[in-house]
Amino acid sequence: MKAPPFRYARPQTLDAALRLLADEGAGARLIAGGQSLVPALNMRLLEPTLLIDINGLAELTGIAETASGIRVGALTRHAALGASAIVARRTPLLAAAVPFIAHEAIRNRGTFGGSLAQADPAAELPACAVALGARLEIAGPGGRRRVAAHDFFRGVYETALGRDEILVAAEIPAQPGATLFLELARRQGDYAIAGLAGWAALDRSRITDARLVFFGTDIRAVEARAASAALATSLDAAATALDRDLAPVADLNASAAMKRHLARVLLRRACAAAVTHAA
Amino acid sequence: MGRGRLPRATFGMSDAVAIRLTVNGARVERLVAPRLNLVDFLRDELGLTGTHWSCEHGACGACTVLIDGALARGCLVFAIQLDGANVETIEGLTESGALAEVQAAFHARNAVQCGFCSAGMLLAADALLRRNPEPSREQIRAALSGNYCRCTGYHAIVDAVADAARERARRKP
Amino acid sequence: MTAPLAAVDRPASYIGKSVPRPNAKRLLAGRGQYVDDLRLPRLAHVAFLRCPHAHARLKSLDIAAATRAPGVVRVVTAQDLAGRYTPWVGVLTHFKGLKSPPQHPLVHDRATWQGEPVAAVVAESRALAEDAVALIEIVWEELPPLTDMAAALAPGAVPLHAELGDNLCFGRAIDAGAVDEAFAKADCVVEESYSFARHTGVCLEPRSILADFDPADGRLTVHCSSQAPHMMKEIFARHFHLPETAVRVICGDVGGSFGIKIHVYPDDMATVAIALLLGRPVKFVADRLESFVSDIHAREHRIAARMALAKDGTIAALAIDDVTGVGPYSTYPRTSAVEGNQVVGLTGAWYRCRNYRANLRVAFQTKPPTTQYRAVGHPIATSVTEALVDRAAAALGLDPVELRRRNLIPDDAYPWTTASGLKFEKLSHQAALEKLLTLMDYDGLRREQAELRRRNIHRGIGIACFVELTNPGPAFYGVGGAPISAQDGCTLRLDPGGTVTCATGVTEQGQGTETMVAQIVASALGLAMDKIRVVTGDTERAPYGGGTWASRGCGIGGEAALQGALALKANILDLAGAMLQAEPAALDLAGGWVVDRAGNRRIGLDEVGRAAYFRGDTLPPGVQPELVATRHYMPRQYPFAFTNGAQASYLELDVETGFIQLLQHWVVEDCGRVVNPLLVEEQIRGGVVQGIGGALFEECIYDQRGQLLNGTLADYLVPMAGEMPDIVVAHIETPTAESMLGAKGAGEAGTGGAPAAVMNAVNDALAPFKVRVTAQPISPWRVLAALGKG
Repeated sequence: MKAPPFRYARPQTLDAALRLLADEGAGARLIAGGQSLVPALNMRLLEPTLLIDINGLAELTGIAETASGIRVGALTRHAALGASAIVARRTPLLAAAVPFIAHEAIRNRGTFGGSLAQADPAAELPACAVALGARLEIAGPGGRRRVAAHDFFRGVYETALGRDEILVAAEIPAQPGATLFLELARRQGDYAIAGLAGWAALDRSRITDARLVFFGTDIRAVEARAASAALATSLDAAATALDRDLAPVADLNASAAMKRHLARVLLRRACAAAVTHAA
Repeated sequence: MGRGRLPRATFGMSDAVAIRLTVNGARVERLVAPRLNLVDFLRDELGLTGTHWSCEHGACGACTVLIDGALARGCLVFAIQLDGANVETIEGLTESGALAEVQAAFHARNAVQCGFCSAGMLLAADALLRRNPEPSREQIRAALSGNYCRCTGYHAIVDAVADAARERARRKP
Repeated sequence: MTAPLAAVDRPASYIGKSVPRPNAKRLLAGRGQYVDDLRLPRLAHVAFLRCPHAHARLKSLDIAAATRAPGVVRVVTAQDLAGRYTPWVGVLTHFKGLKSPPQHPLVHDRATWQGEPVAAVVAESRALAEDAVALIEIVWEELPPLTDMAAALAPGAVPLHAELGDNLCFGRAIDAGAVDEAFAKADCVVEESYSFARHTGVCLEPRSILADFDPADGRLTVHCSSQAPHMMKEIFARHFHLPETAVRVICGDVGGSFGIKIHVYPDDMATVAIALLLGRPVKFVADRLESFVSDIHAREHRIAARMALAKDGTIAALAIDDVTGVGPYSTYPRTSAVEGNQVVGLTGAWYRCRNYRANLRVAFQTKPPTTQYRAVGHPIATSVTEALVDRAAAALGLDPVELRRRNLIPDDAYPWTTASGLKFEKLSHQAALEKLLTLMDYDGLRREQAELRRRNIHRGIGIACFVELTNPGPAFYGVGGAPISAQDGCTLRLDPGGTVTCATGVTEQGQGTETMVAQIVASALGLAMDKIRVVTGDTERAPYGGGTWASRGCGIGGEAALQGALALKANILDLAGAMLQAEPAALDLAGGWVVDRAGNRRIGLDEVGRAAYFRGDTLPPGVQPELVATRHYMPRQYPFAFTNGAQASYLELDVETGFIQLLQHWVVEDCGRVVNPLLVEEQIRGGVVQGIGGALFEECIYDQRGQLLNGTLADYLVPMAGEMPDIVVAHIETPTAESMLGAKGAGEAGTGGAPAAVMNAVNDALAPFKVRVTAQPISPWRVLAALGKG
């Protein structure tokens, strides 16, 4: 189980990386943390001609506090995200999610941008990005553009990122409410069978506003708008409304019906916990 | 298995790239093919066979090493990416004594059977104790949850890590 | 505790002491020497092209491009190997009716499972070999897969092997006592069907083999990760037409085996054939993906079971019908009949019930072969028996413990022969159960459970009594014609400096064989353990023996070591007597000295050694020192030394998610004399977790086309530290009287009993909902389905 042969480049600037990407065409692959890419290479599921290592790109690093929230460079390691005081203060949802990502050795190398670009429907960070209303900064041959996280994730391993583009950073507004984060995985560090990432604004013990994003259920992280809206009515109403938000897909661990059921359980538990905590 | 078509590029020495890095404190310079992963580099180029490969897809932890002081899966890194890096393996960490208490505790508790997972377990345990010197059993189990052991049932390993934590606390001035 | 062992009962004895393993320090320092760590000159690497279909005819195979690829030494197909080996057939004469076709290293014209090796590329590196494998052009004609066991056995099913007539690999029926009558008269009958998924061993070190043939002297040396070096030597010699003197098998460090590394695999045989063909060393290490489709699989049973009881809880009769699938071939040389045979032999075996009927049907399928894996058949037999007992207890309104008390074979009733014909020398079921209840505070847990249930927290307590088959005699395999040795030997030599080198036929897989042998030898010779060097795993250095399987290392290899050490001691005392002009009977060994009856030091062992080897001139005339002794041992009185025990699982079930949290696990086991509690407890704990793996997590999931859907370590769920409970172990010691040491085995008890305890605990937690789960692994999906929430 050895990776197929490829060439390797480690550009030092974003422009150089973009040029390499453009020149190589379909055979090029970016490698950041490599924690999802390298298994695929070792299994020869991918056979790139050129591996472009973007770990040298200073423009992609760092966590900074901004007026409206935070800016997270795409190369930020999960471990750094989890350890950041800025993240813990401004977007505690991200800090809550990090310990659930795989294991320490993976979190030390895996990157924020890599996780978003990989777009695994069961991954934690894409769901958090959607829940927090992140805007993703993308560099391409024609310059920069910004895409809302909600529009970025399109399907299983599918994103709005073009073949010739690089995800640079995420601009994330400060989290407007209490953290909601729960996931059900067979074993610690496994991808979730069903997970919930979100936040809830509370007025004493009443949820006044919330955003609920489910992962591991559908083909991508899904914002449960109907359920969020129905929270104002009751938890039962929200759980019922959730059926309209989700289109679960069966996997080896759960049927679609089971995922739907688990999503309702997570919704009830997360919201109840938030209310209890507030009270 | 038959895994599809032939890749366009084939490996000849002309594709090899020179890297310089530090491994277990020693400066190392080698020509490597881009696809050579770190575990094969350590084992085949440097003879450091204490780092094992087992799953080669990042799930088992048998290939755990330290890269620039941080725990990493050796099988998920290509050697070529580590130009300038500092890599430490079970061999180096044994010689430096960095793992001594953990190794002694694993031995006393028989937290090792076949030994194939041990390097990874020891490194993961040591990383835990460096950031959390007094872990609970649950925290120990969580910290080791990315390292597969088929032999021990984990209980003795948890005992050993708890013992090592106490021993380190005792030795601290 | 048992009576002391006279031969080694001395103050400095290591018997019964928790001595850490001297050889583990090397492993902890990263200095293990596993097969893949060897570096040989001119070593070439082998990678296999494997059939991607469950069942397919090979239409054409074009190796031209692969042969031309960079670094390729040779591409080998079935044609290249024709005539160079004798194919193998996985049958044994004592399993009446067992049938299986001849098996070959590489597919000739038809592949019968996804993963069967078809062609081998030999290249300068594994990566280059894999590159070339991708260049082999192959055309398959897919044939209908045969995945479902029942369908394979249904009337009119197309036989997978036409020459065998049908898909029944093996069958066995037992009908003891008056089963129909007992059911007819029963006050209570419980009935349930169970299913057990196919799972696999997932040794952390994959199967690894390095074969080196030197044409100059015609010798084949095979380094392999194996449990049974002598058996492999015999097989290589036999199937590659080599004299036994020309074959050497060396097993260095082995990274876990569990029954995976004791079978003959086509890719291993191909690797040896390639070494013979090329006359240079070649290595094959299975990668993880190919391990999932080429290592043997295990279990896969569907069992319908019934139990009849009297009002007072007496089990009146038990009947089971077991269908199990073994893939396309019965595995060589142990055969794939043993798993099912043990299920029907062991079910209910620890209860007094005399009326027992069992029907076993073993089906061919187009999935990887299944065969012996840790605790062969035991988890199935125990799960079925103990689940029925719990059901019966519920039906009769009795506590499950009470029903067991009323039916276990009494501790004073031995020797005992079970309804299925197994002979038990002496077991301790009653004592084990009572000890378990105390250990876990059964009554306290029941109170806690009741209290928590009122708060809607659902915990379950599961109990399982069980037996384990250990120390098999020659009636297990040898009688049927297999080159599998039930005896084992130990050769000991006093070296000039007063230390002892000791070679044993049993092997080290990390369970602590070398330590156990050293403890016994050191104790018998009155030496410190660091004066004993134990050698294992090399057919040219170790006495002939069976190796590691069926929990026999301590009971058989340990006994050989003890008898050998006593023989060496007699030799030493003979010589010392001559040197000291004393009666040997008046001398003993202690602390590295020859001592007199009063314990006074007379002469050091180093001096004895020096005199024997270097200063023969100082010895009395006619004295010929003989400071080597060998003894072999094989059990003859009983076909097996059965052990017993009881386990309990305490867990919490989330009835909304179906998730299970294991809170604690307890084991009381009786493996006879415990030589090293630390090692026994580690065998038990590791075994328990392997059992829990099967009970809750592990399953090779196949689709209807015979394709494995979860063949990675990300998707196949092995038990990890985070989900496993702490495991409390206690011992009862009922030594076997057949040997001096009195040790029985402990390697499989954990795996045999844990799934039953866990399944019973899950069903205990589910009891308020009046639903049960009877399919393992018990996934959240299965729990929710039972609860109607899936």
